[in-house]
Amino acid sequence: MKPLLDRGPSLPLRLFFALLASIGLITLDHYTNSSVQLRSYLTATVSPLFYLANLPQDMVFGASEQFMSQQKLLEENRTLKNTLLLQNGQLQRFQFLQQENDKLRALLGASPVTEGKRLIAEVLAVYSHPFSHQIVLNKGSRDGVIVGQPLLDDLGVLGQVVSVGPTSSRALLIADNTHAMSARVERTGQSVVAEGIGQSDSLRLIHLPHSTDITEGDRLLTSGLDGVFPEGYPVAKVVRVHRDARQPFLQVTAEPYAKLDRIRYALLVWPHRGISSADPQIVEELKQAEQGQD
Amino acid sequence: MQNSWRFLIIHLTLLLALLLNVMPLPSAVKLFRPDWPLLVLCYWVLALPNRASIGTAFVLGFLVDVMVGTVLGVNAFGYSLICFIVASNHLKIRNFSVLQQSLLVGLLLALYHLVVFWFSHFLTGVYFRAAYLWPVVTGMIVWPYLFWFLRRTRRQFKIQ
Repeated sequence: MKPLLDRGPSLPLRLFFALLASIGLITLDHYTNSSVQLRSYLTATVSPLFYLANLPQDMVFGASEQFMSQQKLLEENRTLKNTLLLQNGQLQRFQFLQQENDKLRALLGASPVTEGKRLIAEVLAVYSHPFSHQIVLNKGSRDGVIVGQPLLDDLGVLGQVVSVGPTSSRALLIADNTHAMSARVERTGQSVVAEGIGQSDSLRLIHLPHSTDITEGDRLLTSGLDGVFPEGYPVAKVVRVHRDARQPFLQVTAEPYAKLDRIRYALLVWPHRGISSADPQIVEELKQAEQGQD
Repeated sequence: MQNSWRFLIIHLTLLLALLLNVMPLPSAVKLFRPDWPLLVLCYWVLALPNRASIGTAFVLGFLVDVMVGTVLGVNAFGYSLICFIVASNHLKIRNFSVLQQSLLVGLLLALYHLVVFWFSHFLTGVYFRAAYLWPVVTGMIVWPYLFWFLRRTRRQFKIQ
């Protein structure tokens, strides 16, 4: 046992070093780009903890499934079959429409919209702290998850992956304060930028002039312009348009379709990369334009 | 050997607190989740300031940063600061009644949350809502029970 007097550096000195190190970390993480790699390593390191923390919930869910009555299971089975039937019916029509769409696109000379690979991930932890809306998923680089990958659920867009470990990854939700995405008003085609404000039930549409045609109830879809989210997925519904002539822009609030505060499963989508799959001629022209700029 | 094994108990309780901090909860009660790691840390610093000090606080805060997903270093800053206040006054705080301690813990938690909020405000531009301070209230309520539990643990395993 070490005597009490042998205590190393004094307390204020330790505090000084700790605060200095913290500020160093903050600067490193916030103002440099090296932190993406660092965060991926750290996510990998702490992922066992998330699996551990998830155990009680898994056990509760498992137990509730065990003790579910047969009656209930049969009922669930029936409703699931019904929805499957309904959706299969719609899917037949959808396939026909897609073929038609592909043909029309071919006639127009536009690149066809391809369906990428999909993967269902389970959510290990949801952190909806007011300062950070993030979730941890149980799929990582071993399953092919990459940084910047979009994330959906059955209702709409959830967010994008920001750091990846071998067996887990961390995704930023669209409601996070640091997240903004490009969207399009379904009715008018107007492009908007939807920014998170740290609340799971609202987004803010920024930089819209007063003359914009936008009303409550308008659906916002992803526009595909940000190069992250594939085009055409539902994002949010406009719930409030405030026209105040004293403000430089319209104040528009939208409510995400996805229930960001109760996510259990998420769909990871591998997008076709907009330009790389496009017409080779366009790619060539873009490259030339870039060289011209240099 | 025996001593280092006992020393591990401190780390074990801190690890448990970290797990509690990220355990999935229904969204209705999530806002009220107390800051388990900070509370447990406060107890150990209070009881054994030569065992758990600012170094421990910094590492714990850093882990919280990593798990919670805040800007790295924000929680490390807050934890180190609170740990310093507790460690430099541990002799006084020990003499308080549990009720007084819990009030003081409330103050410290409020300071911690304000520090984290200030950093988040400057770095990512969040805005203040009174709901952010619920963990302060729940932390104050939880403190007497946590104190009792950890003291029992400490005496059981004779950690010094």
